Amino acid sequence: MSSEFDSLYREVILDHYKNPRGHGVIEGADVEAEGQNPLCGDEVSIFVSFDGDLIEDVKFRGRGCAISQASTSMLMEMVKGRTAEEVAAMSRDELLDEVGIPLTPVRLKCALLGLGVLKLALHKGKGTPLPEEWAGLAQDLELK
Amino acid sequence: MAVTTTPKLDARKLREDFPIFEQVVHDHPLAYLDTAASAQKPRAVLNAMTRFYETSYANIHRGVYDLGERATEAYEGAREKARAFVNAGSTREVVFTHNVTAALNLVAYGWGLDNLGPGDVVVVTEMEHHSNFVPWQYIAGRTGAEFAVVPVDENGELQLDELETIAVRGNIKVVACVHVSNSLGTVNPVERLIAWGHEQGAIVVVDGAQAVPHRAVDVQALGADFYAFTGHKMCAPTGIGVLWGRADHLESMSPFELGGHMIRKVTVERTTWNELPHKFEAGTAPIAEAVGLGAAIDYLDAIGLDAIEQHERDLLDYALPRLEGIDGLRIFGPPADRRAGIVSFEVEGAHPHDVAQILDWEGVAVRAGHHCNQPLMAKLGVPATSRASFYLYTVTEEIDRLVAGIEKARKVFS
Repeated sequence: MSSEFDSLYREVILDHYKNPRGHGVIEGADVEAEGQNPLCGDEVSIFVSFDGDLIEDVKFRGRGCAISQASTSMLMEMVKGRTAEEVAAMSRDELLDEVGIPLTPVRLKCALLGLGVLKLALHKGKGTPLPEEWAGLAQDLELK
Repeated sequence: MAVTTTPKLDARKLREDFPIFEQVVHDHPLAYLDTAASAQKPRAVLNAMTRFYETSYANIHRGVYDLGERATEAYEGAREKARAFVNAGSTREVVFTHNVTAALNLVAYGWGLDNLGPGDVVVVTEMEHHSNFVPWQYIAGRTGAEFAVVPVDENGELQLDELETIAVRGNIKVVACVHVSNSLGTVNPVERLIAWGHEQGAIVVVDGAQAVPHRAVDVQALGADFYAFTGHKMCAPTGIGVLWGRADHLESMSPFELGGHMIRKVTVERTTWNELPHKFEAGTAPIAEAVGLGAAIDYLDAIGLDAIEQHERDLLDYALPRLEGIDGLRIFGPPADRRAGIVSFEVEGAHPHDVAQILDWEGVAVRAGHHCNQPLMAKLGVPATSRASFYLYTVTEEIDRLVAGIEKARKVFS
């Protein structure tokens, strides 16, 4: 198989896809948000519970391609215990470095779906700003 | 005694007409299985457009100079070819649009806004492409008409017995139906829907985007009120489509787009409309694209629509059993005898996007997504499917490579 193949569907991506971390629903969550990628029908819902400003717990459910689901799974591990403000300011590169695979513009939208939905949830729960870089994309993702 | 022969085409030979197949993708020859999204273009079409631009190009219906007249002749010549291709009664009934979406919006706005209101019902099918769904849903909402949907069964076929319950909901005014489903390949019994629609006193609007490129269509024999198709799915360029409509409807309808060319006389007080079909062709037309469409029609006519249909039937007979043999593969849509050369499928445990990506690395291009059929996807209970579609240039090796690629995807995601 080609090296492109090996890098995109590397073991860690497939592992997160097949065994997603933080998968599920938080009953009585402080806030939840959902988003779609209309291009391919990927869907992600994210549930957040806060302890003061801290993200006490965070879970997601969704359906979509390996890239969107694995990157959201990785995101859950990255943000738990951090402050809402800090995560709202998190750069997309921080997540993409963790995902660690080369992505075409189309697949980039898949990889960033979860982060967009999480930032929307934080915006709804804590009034953190939706950064400008998301303003255009938020519409693409039909964030609501 | 007449000798009947099964029309045959030689796809291997025809592929040589298409420059795009001369390339390799990810170190593999290109296997293009996405004609349902758009067809590739033969040299005959590309050359006709280049030649037109190099020798005969000018704006049309304006200049009295020689070049302008030649350009007009080429554009109107393409209209005559389009007329003959679907056996329309007159070129007055052949409106050039940009694509099927534009054609169907023309009908929804031009006919719907003036003729729909509370108590009326607009009926579409659950398998409509968004282009024959969303305009009707929107215009029904704007006019206060009801919007009803003919459901699809688990085989991806219309549940026509539901028509009776729909009929009692109000005055059925519009029936909008796709001739061949773009995501399932279902060949719909449009004759029955046309007959039912006319019994109800409705107009019937058929989306022929996936039919006209692949099988002989006779709009007079079908007897619908409007029938739309597009160039880019039949080897012609993008930006040129056709709306066939019955002249009496087109005459009584309001125009849709307003501006240059579609007028007869403009004064400060009022404007009158140009004759058919020009009343519906505002602004500078896609002139070279129409010329390209004419060349594509010549190309398809030379091969023969019956031969193309038979070739795709053969490909389907080759593909379906091989795909059915793959463990964990779910195929959507009806059996082969009621299906065009389109196969939508789902690989257990693997998202269609990932399947398409893995296939791409094998040089196999398939579409993954909702195919502009979100209500249908919801009915099938999937967010998306992978779809392979065939045309006159498709060969069995491409199907073998599709099958091998799916097996590879299965291994990755098992």
